[in-house]
Amino acid sequence: MAEDDDKQKKSPAAAPDAYKYGFVTDVETDTAPKGLNEGIITFISDKKGEPVFMRQRRLEAFHHWRGMKEPHWANFHYDPIDYQDIRYYSAPRKKGGLSSMEEVDQEVVKTFEKLGIPLGEQKRLAGVAVDAVFDSVSVGTTHQKDLEKLGIIFCPISEAVRTHPHLIEKYLGSVVPYTDNFFAALNAAVFTDGSFCYIPPGVRCPMELSTYFRINAKDTGQFERTLIIADKGSYVSYLEGCTAPVRDENQLHAAVVELIALDNAEIKYSTVQNWYAGDKNGKGGIYNFVTKRGKCAGHHAKISWTQVEAGSAITWKYPSCILMGDHTVGEFYSVALTNNCMAADTGTKMIHIGKNTRSTIISKGISSDRSHNSYRGLVKIMPGARNARNFSQCDSMLVGNNCSANTFPDIQVHNNSSTVEHEATTSRISAEQIFYLQSRGLNKEEAVALVINGFCKEVFKTLPLEFAVEAVRLLEMKLENSVG
Amino acid sequence: MLKITDLYASVAGNHILKGLNLSVNAGEVHAVMGPNGSGKSTFSKVIAGHPQYTVDNGKVELEINGQMTDITPMTPDARAREGFFLAFQYPVEIPGVPTSEFLRASYNAVCRHHGLEEMDPIDFDGFIRAKMKILQMDDKYIDRAVNVDFSGGEKKRNEILQMAVLNPRMAILDETDSGLDVDSMKIVAHGVNTLRTKRNAMIVITHYQRLLNYIKPDIVHILYDGRIIKTGGPDLALEVENKGYDWLIK
Repeated sequence: MAEDDDKQKKSPAAAPDAYKYGFVTDVETDTAPKGLNEGIITFISDKKGEPVFMRQRRLEAFHHWRGMKEPHWANFHYDPIDYQDIRYYSAPRKKGGLSSMEEVDQEVVKTFEKLGIPLGEQKRLAGVAVDAVFDSVSVGTTHQKDLEKLGIIFCPISEAVRTHPHLIEKYLGSVVPYTDNFFAALNAAVFTDGSFCYIPPGVRCPMELSTYFRINAKDTGQFERTLIIADKGSYVSYLEGCTAPVRDENQLHAAVVELIALDNAEIKYSTVQNWYAGDKNGKGGIYNFVTKRGKCAGHHAKISWTQVEAGSAITWKYPSCILMGDHTVGEFYSVALTNNCMAADTGTKMIHIGKNTRSTIISKGISSDRSHNSYRGLVKIMPGARNARNFSQCDSMLVGNNCSANTFPDIQVHNNSSTVEHEATTSRISAEQIFYLQSRGLNKEEAVALVINGFCKEVFKTLPLEFAVEAVRLLEMKLENSVG
Repeated sequence: MLKITDLYASVAGNHILKGLNLSVNAGEVHAVMGPNGSGKSTFSKVIAGHPQYTVDNGKVELEINGQMTDITPMTPDARAREGFFLAFQYPVEIPGVPTSEFLRASYNAVCRHHGLEEMDPIDFDGFIRAKMKILQMDDKYIDRAVNVDFSGGEKKRNEILQMAVLNPRMAILDETDSGLDVDSMKIVAHGVNTLRTKRNAMIVITHYQRLLNYIKPDIVHILYDGRIIKTGGPDLALEVENKGYDWLIK
């Protein structure tokens, strides 16, 4: 049971940082006891009503995970995670079957409204279909009916496991197998919810699909799993947003996202990550260990990742592209902002396998206060990837004198017909820049926004418009007290 | 328009301005000259409200809505919105921000403050191109990031362009002639002269008399050790040009 008595008010720790999503929702929950063992995995599988193959895979992943070691090569330190001290399942208590909006706890609905994600039929966002995930379960998906008419499947992944087992069996784990890494194995064993999208051949998804992840319960980890399949000649743009309450304890978020683009298909995946990042002194915050990977399985397929990473105490995340088909395109556009004591080690991997494959990497790191911000990237061109091209640009901006920025590029080229370019810069947002802009009538906040906007321009222009506006505001807010 | 009374200011504990008095009326152009280290740049930054400089005593009054108002408690942006402008000696680079976007943001910030209608990008484009003609600036200017990879001359022209856009009532030009060849200086001076009206005023800070051949001052001040030690007509600048500063200091 959730023991939170702090209700919907902000904890005092939130005040100085003004993290406006830091509230806790008081809601009755179904919660697993702390700890991780076969029993818990069976418990999760039962809760989700899964077919046998899924349960088997979870257990296989769990056994594999037990033999693995937590990786520590990233450029940050954190207190050890006690995997037996985490709850692996927490869900708002059902009032009957969880099949329609009316049955969702009104507190949960209100929570999403407060976050700017109305779920009710009347109030839902036009042009964006939202799957709302609260702790371990999806609590509502909008616009499903409209999408169904086009043959588009957009639903919680736990539902897809039951309703589309053939697609799940074929594709889940096909891009990120549980053997991939420690956190992917953990996720494969205990994942609870996330979104599933399937776009049928030749269909251009008419609206943005999006998932909003909310961590609410205490001591709980969130293990989201998202799978997006774009069939031949289809197109989809997908958005992801995340927030969590302010808490003194660290919470683990270990997600896996898999994208598959078949011949001539295109997937555009955008994230604005704003998990609670801890207070000024680094107390609390989300540990964000995420494996995101897309496979351009067919010819002329394209996968584009855009991320704005502005939250989490720790971010470990490398959205990658496997460019298998010939003439496929991979893109990675990233803005990672760290302040206070945050640490981000993020970047991408572009694996060129097919002929004439192209990839672009634009990474913008902004670090302030005492934070650490690292770009880590791999560009690997296989022998068969004739005429492959890559362009990478990694820019870092430092705000203040106590932060650090690092770049760890790894470039491996195994043929002689390919071209790889890498550019990197480090700059500083200075009091002089702010004074200059202020002396032209812009207030301090506008001045900071303009400088940051200029620095991140190439990335922001790849975001859907409303998201770009939101992203600028988010960075502005985070940097408000760091400059000058 | 501007009245500075007994101004003392310091930066990082160093006292730079030590009892500066200066009064400028509408329609006037004043020149402030002085040897290196006399406090010329500090003077301009203090008036603009640079946060690293502290006003220890005295006041700086600007005419706002017909009233002389002490602006020392105001932020730099509030001063700018009330019609004060500083043309920087070393204009600052803002990578990734197109000059046109920056100028429009500034212009609209000032409009908003005065309850005037903001200008959309299309109207602003026409507005700014007309201003650029006066300064003989290439059209490509405004698409380039603010001051990034600008030559010294281009940066100074860009300052005057900003002045033309914001149309301040009180402007200080801080060594706008430094780093300019004669031709560029003529163009910049021409731009400045076009902006001179009976309703606004300027202070031109310079090392050399030559700029004053093109921007004719009404009054010339000599700044030394943080205060005005001599005030005179345009001839004073010529005298300094011939004799240096020593005779004034002794």
